[in-house]
Amino acid sequence: MNRAAILWRVASILVAAGFIAAWQLIANLRLVSPVFLPGPDRAWAALVRGFSSGDLASKLIGTLEHMAYGWLAASIAGIALGALIGSSRMMRAYVAPSLEFLRPLPVSAIIPVAIAMLGLTQGMALFVIAFGAIWPIMLATIHGFAAVEPRLYEVARSLQMSRAAVIGRIALPSALPDILAGMRLSLTVALILSVVCEILAGLDGLGQWVLLSARAFRSADLFAGVILLGATGYLTSIAVSLVEQRLLAWQTAAR
Amino acid sequence: MSLDRARPLLLPLALMLAFELWARLTQLQSDSLAPPSAILAALAAALADLSIPIATRDTLFAAFAGLAIGSAIGLSLGIAFGISRPIDRLMEVTVEAIRPIPSIALLPIALIALGFGYRMEIVIVAFACIWPMLIMTRSAVRSIEPRLIEVSRALRLSATQRIAKIVIPAALPRIFVAFRLSAGIALIVAVTVEIAINPIGLGAGIMLAQQALRADLMLAYLLWIGVIGYALNMLLIAAQRRLFGRAALAGDNP
Repeated sequence: MNRAAILWRVASILVAAGFIAAWQLIANLRLVSPVFLPGPDRAWAALVRGFSSGDLASKLIGTLEHMAYGWLAASIAGIALGALIGSSRMMRAYVAPSLEFLRPLPVSAIIPVAIAMLGLTQGMALFVIAFGAIWPIMLATIHGFAAVEPRLYEVARSLQMSRAAVIGRIALPSALPDILAGMRLSLTVALILSVVCEILAGLDGLGQWVLLSARAFRSADLFAGVILLGATGYLTSIAVSLVEQRLLAWQTAAR
Repeated sequence: MSLDRARPLLLPLALMLAFELWARLTQLQSDSLAPPSAILAALAAALADLSIPIATRDTLFAAFAGLAIGSAIGLSLGIAFGISRPIDRLMEVTVEAIRPIPSIALLPIALIALGFGYRMEIVIVAFACIWPMLIMTRSAVRSIEPRLIEVSRALRLSATQRIAKIVIPAALPRIFVAFRLSAGIALIVAVTVEIAINPIGLGAGIMLAQQALRADLMLAYLLWIGVIGYALNMLLIAAQRRLFGRAALAGDNP
């Protein structure tokens, strides 16, 4: 970063600090009832208190676990199914249109069905999160496989490579940028569905924490939970972007 | 040719037929599954007694109201950020701090501030719709041919004239793509809020059917929500083609 960029960054942080100060002022002057809007000081205190007593940390870990298991299951299943469908022209012709129909379906609508089948359990939450997170990954994989340079397939045929070898050595690396973009997208879906499932099924996690705080009108705890959820969304998406950059470094180098 | 047309339908039809047969043969009694014939019958009944049409109206009203508010905010911020590089840089940290908050996390805040009903749902939908609109409008405005801006300077257009006559028309095709994506998000968020907590609309309807152990009605709702989502998407794609031609779809990467 050059000096101008750093200066802009500092100015930008100052602007954000200004907004927080305005929030504090609004809360202090009681323009909005403190029942709904705690000042940033109270929210921060609730955050510190929650972590020092260990409650908030265990909720955070609960949400992270739901998110991670569901997302990993979706990634594995999504890439496998996507590779299966994307690597065969016949599968693409027969299956892809049905998937396109399912894509705009609000995935949360599957929650009642999952509850009917699995009850209000961890398994239900995992199923819902994985089901929701699988779409961006699977569709991105199919798209990536379909967009592989056709001459590469011809090369593979003339080298008499097996189908597994074609998938592993040609199609997957070439579709990797699409797949990783899909995985980043589905991370957000996984976080949202984790929160919804925790709210509905009362599973240990930040979703349950914010709902219970709201029910008890403990607005400082509520805001602490929301801030933590924002931080979770931000940090996980940055982590995946970093992995993405690393894995795709060969591509920028090749260009 | 006729085979090509029928092919996409083959898989779902075969699956439904197999499921129907299996349900008939095993005399299926279940809280979570129902044969397709029973689902269609439940759908027809719920359409006839107006429970699904009323729920659809509630959901679509909340989704569209939230979409209108959220995309108006996102559009104006996106234009401001796109035109002025300093504003964009100054607001960067603030935007990056608020954007990753999952919209559904605002649900409890909206709940204690506004109570159940349309208002809290609209607020959450609006929050979710701001971001895609802001980010895509910003990049659309930024990628406007610089010579167009020069022309507006040469013509001494005022700032409002420049936005109304040059910036918005030039960025409109991509802004519409953002609007289409936001509309999909609006429907998803509206249904999710209803399923999680708000006792109105399609989401509440499907939860109620589940709690009443009416598997046929629950799956009928699911099917209907799918049809609504698909129809909305198709309608907006058709509108996009009509308004901006095929060119607009070229840069549209799902």
